[in-house]
Amino acid sequence: MSSVAQKRGFGAALWDWMTTVDHKKIGILYLIGGGFFFVVGGIEAMIIRLQLLKPNNDLVSAGLFNDLITMHGTTMIFLAAMPILFGFMNYIMPLQIGARDVAFPFINSLGFWMFFLGGVFLNVSWFFGQVPDAGWTSYASLSLASTGHGIDFYAIGLQIAGGGTLMGGINFLVTIINMRAPGMTYMRMPLFTWTTFVASAMILFAFPPLTVGLFFLTFDRMFDANFFDHQMGGNTIIWEHIFWIFGHPEVYILILPAFGIFSEIFSIFSRKRLFGYPAMVFATVLIGFLGFMVWAHHMFTVGLGPTANAIFAVATMAIAVPTGVKIFNWLLTIWGGSISVTTPMLYALGFIPSFVMGGVTGVMQGAAPLDYQLHDSYFIVAHFHYVIVGGVVLAILAGVHLYWPKMFGTMLSETLGKITFVFFFVGFHCTFLIQHWLGFWGMPRRVWTYMDGQGWNTANLISSIGALLMAIGVIVMVINIIMTTVKNVRVGNDPWGDGRTLEWAIPSPPPFYNFTQTPLVRGLDTVWIEKQEGNATGLTFAEPVTDIHMPHGSIIPFFMSVGLFIAGFGAMFHQETSWGLPLLIFGLAWTFVAMAMRSLKDDLGYHVTKEEIQRDITNASKGGQN
Amino acid sequence: MAEVEMYKRTPIEQDLFVRRSKETMRGQVMMFSLMIFMTLVSFTFVVAYQQGVEGFTKYLVIPVLFLFAAVQVGLQLYYFMHMKDKGHGVPQMFMFTGVVFAFLIPLTFVTIVWW
Repeated sequence: MSSVAQKRGFGAALWDWMTTVDHKKIGILYLIGGGFFFVVGGIEAMIIRLQLLKPNNDLVSAGLFNDLITMHGTTMIFLAAMPILFGFMNYIMPLQIGARDVAFPFINSLGFWMFFLGGVFLNVSWFFGQVPDAGWTSYASLSLASTGHGIDFYAIGLQIAGGGTLMGGINFLVTIINMRAPGMTYMRMPLFTWTTFVASAMILFAFPPLTVGLFFLTFDRMFDANFFDHQMGGNTIIWEHIFWIFGHPEVYILILPAFGIFSEIFSIFSRKRLFGYPAMVFATVLIGFLGFMVWAHHMFTVGLGPTANAIFAVATMAIAVPTGVKIFNWLLTIWGGSISVTTPMLYALGFIPSFVMGGVTGVMQGAAPLDYQLHDSYFIVAHFHYVIVGGVVLAILAGVHLYWPKMFGTMLSETLGKITFVFFFVGFHCTFLIQHWLGFWGMPRRVWTYMDGQGWNTANLISSIGALLMAIGVIVMVINIIMTTVKNVRVGNDPWGDGRTLEWAIPSPPPFYNFTQTPLVRGLDTVWIEKQEGNATGLTFAEPVTDIHMPHGSIIPFFMSVGLFIAGFGAMFHQETSWGLPLLIFGLAWTFVAMAMRSLKDDLGYHVTKEEIQRDITNASKGGQN
Repeated sequence: MAEVEMYKRTPIEQDLFVRRSKETMRGQVMMFSLMIFMTLVSFTFVVAYQQGVEGFTKYLVIPVLFLFAAVQVGLQLYYFMHMKDKGHGVPQMFMFTGVVFAFLIPLTFVTIVWW
């Protein structure tokens, strides 16, 4: 990333990436890690659809099918969707607020390595042949009855990964509160930054319940506790409450950054200020708040009683209001705009109807009496895939196309991008639309196979074909990425031509210190304002060129996470082996030693000198390579 | 580090600084006395209840103790942890959000949820 290109060995490059504390590199690491797990979860999905292709299929056994659905859900939510969004947040958010890094670069790195090793821990279960099999919700009676170490992998793996997420969330909060450039008031923040802020606040409040619940589960299964065992005075329903007090905010944590990405896209490619910006911000905050008030709508059929069901049904429907505000604001942003239908814009246009369909089925399930009919049927499967694929995954794919030039300095092929979109979008509706009817026709979710002659054969066949189309779409995108990387045609600061926010006024990819000088923000869409007033660079600086203070890289976050990874195996095997307990203690001690090393050794960072920055500025103005 | 800057206050600034410090100190001492006083009152209430003094039933003592506890927490946060000072708006917002959640969710459990 320095101004002088150097050839480096593979080892040096690997060391550089493992020790990096640069938010941009960590963002890319999140994208790579999340992308890897996205492929793993996708392969699991393909096997599930292959198994359900025809009646009485025996491609996989019933037990393996349970493993597959559990790991598909867990992987896609915790290890694919969240980390990929974290990648975008990490990379883009500091650029949007004019910061040089996140507030705690070291913790940022630690968050990534904990997520990654937690995810690896979860997936190592495949090699042990003992895989989580109680569904991604892992309801307690079922998960306590599960034999083998499957659920142990779930509890410990998610505990480690969840710790990383919590750190990331707090880091983003502190960054946005404290590190905004001069003039960047709260009501001038780009909407992606706002949604990052609200999603991070939700992480702050939602992940502690998950941590507690997972610890309860860990203790129940591995240390003879009885939190969820009703025979010993525990309460199995408590897990459901704890899980959904976390789990419902979790889905909003996923969708809000997706909303943010789409808000940027609509604004950029309609060449208009986002319609109703204050209303958008208010709706985002309101969705974040209401997200904590509706968890029991996942539990209507548990028997909480009519009062609880009625109150939670009403609260659930209330969320449709701010979401509707957002939808109409997006439509009115496009309305009368000078629209260019690029690949990201295509995804955004496809997102609106898809997500509205998912939202409407959500309100249907929010009606408690109807939910008794829909509960545990394929209708539910259709609904949550409509909101998560039609919302979050479309946003991720749109974000990849939108921000690829900013992150890697090359433009993904628009033609291949549109082919990806067509395959993925058609495949998505083909897969999941028909599943609503499968639900109406009585097909329960999470079934391994089904009998012939129930009228489900054609629908399942259509659904499986759709899954194949989605896979083709993703493969085309991978080809696109490889071709673009090989061709390596460099692009300038603002390859889309209509960038409105600060990230589009600096080189692609940005220098490791982001901004040569801290920018001055003069309003919402500050770069757009500057350009309108004839400032072609899009930036006004708030300070002269001075030395920049930067943090050193560190391998310690990786070691801390490895310690927890080792301790996890110790906890898992401590009951049946003699080496389990020592391994648990060793792993924790390892982490504490690593923490002590970090605490005791002062690392004051280093300075990028004024001369170096001046040289970069001169090179850039001569049009040289960055 | 090179970033340490020496800065000499002007006499007027120094004067203001001293006056502000005095005011802060006075506030701290007053609040500290108030808190000690409230603690003493609380203990007195409990002792009075234990001694069976007329009128000191548990329906009086327990609410009063809770009230005093709430006030003490507030004073602790606002005076000794400086939440009353400028620049604490965001922490306040997050703390109150947390308080609201921590209140509402258990309230749900004890009122409308059957099990």
